[in-house]
Amino acid sequence: MGLATTRPELSLSDAEIIARIYSGDDSAMAVLYDRYSSVVYAVALRVLSDNSAAEDILQDVFMQLWRKPQAFNASRGSLATWLAVIARNRAIDQFRKKRPEVEAAETVISVDPDLESAADRSQAIEKVRAVLCGMPEEQRAALEMAFFEGLTHVEIAGKTGQPLGTVKTRIRSGLLAVRKAFAV
Amino acid sequence: MSAHEQFADDLALYALGSLQGSERAALQAHLADCAACRRELEHLCSDMGLLGLATMGPAPPTTARARLLSALAKEPRGRMVRKQGPRWWLLVPTAAVIVLATISVVLWRQNNALRQDLAQQLKQSGQNQTEVESAREVLALLSAPDAIRVTLVATNAKPQPQGKAIYRPQTGSLVFLATNFSPLPSKKAYELWLVPTSGAPPIPIGVFKPDSQGSATVLMPPLPKDLQAKAFAITVEPETGSTSPTMPIILAGKA
Repeated sequence: MGLATTRPELSLSDAEIIARIYSGDDSAMAVLYDRYSSVVYAVALRVLSDNSAAEDILQDVFMQLWRKPQAFNASRGSLATWLAVIARNRAIDQFRKKRPEVEAAETVISVDPDLESAADRSQAIEKVRAVLCGMPEEQRAALEMAFFEGLTHVEIAGKTGQPLGTVKTRIRSGLLAVRKAFAV
Repeated sequence: MSAHEQFADDLALYALGSLQGSERAALQAHLADCAACRRELEHLCSDMGLLGLATMGPAPPTTARARLLSALAKEPRGRMVRKQGPRWWLLVPTAAVIVLATISVVLWRQNNALRQDLAQQLKQSGQNQTEVESAREVLALLSAPDAIRVTLVATNAKPQPQGKAIYRPQTGSLVFLATNFSPLPSKKAYELWLVPTSGAPPIPIGVFKPDSQGSATVLMPPLPKDLQAKAFAITVEPETGSTSPTMPIILAGKA
């Protein structure tokens, strides 16, 4: 299939796309890009606050998947959340100008909500945003500083004047609150 | 939720890449053995993914898609790679020979280096053995009860009690030789003291009783290193020793 004629194939599952990428089908990468580039770019831009740097992360994340599709285990979780984590980690590394601490292949996620359709993703996004809005301000700030700014709990404690143990607990309970929103 | 509550907060920090140092190492060691915590870590990564998914922002530039597809075209995989397979396999024997030759050279060099190292170690070991034997002979002579000890004095003088302390502060090593000491009543002994330069109280070094010739030795008693001595002294104490000297001082000498 030629790239010039590539069009999103909405019926393909993530696992099918990954299987086609395995076989060297570059048109599958185009489908994947159309499905998830906005997630990857938004995360990278939020971390880096730089359009050009965020686009570099976008390119990097998809090229890595092209070169090493086995890094993602389709039986273990959703590609959307996996890409979001990979994009976040790459962007944080770029922000701190260091080599990646965790390779993509080492990032394992658990089975999580079905996010392959745009409607599913939209619903999930609304749930997460509702959780964040309902979170105490200090907890949301600690979680966002850890996730989007890559600050350590020590740095967050220093910045906010909160006890170290409190910061640690807030970060963890913030993540658990997101999980709880998807509990059956 | 993790089965190990003590690692719960650290797991979240680890997932975020913010756990450092010993805490990180301890958690990694625990993760190697704990399936429950590995599972919880996967859940936390998923939670992070959901958080990232909800990030609001503009769509990527339209040029980004073309840029990616262009980059992909420059890195073809799959069928195109397989077409080049046979030629690649032809290089395997050559590569294997090169690798084996390289390994052989490296092993030969390592072997030579190890031989030289071993020869050096054997030479050093021989020297050490000689020194140890020599030291043993000196110590045996100094402590031998049947060794003849002669104190030379002026021809018209009567031999007097003498003590010789040989002390090296850097190593805390001490050898003390006593000659012409008078016998003591039962349950009494001579005690050797080190008087520190710091002004601290005298330190008991060891008790000794002279033999029938009036000789005695105190060899290598346990002493701290770098203890500077102002003087050495000898008093008469109970044979079990004292923690502070009992007057009078029998013999004394400045260091």
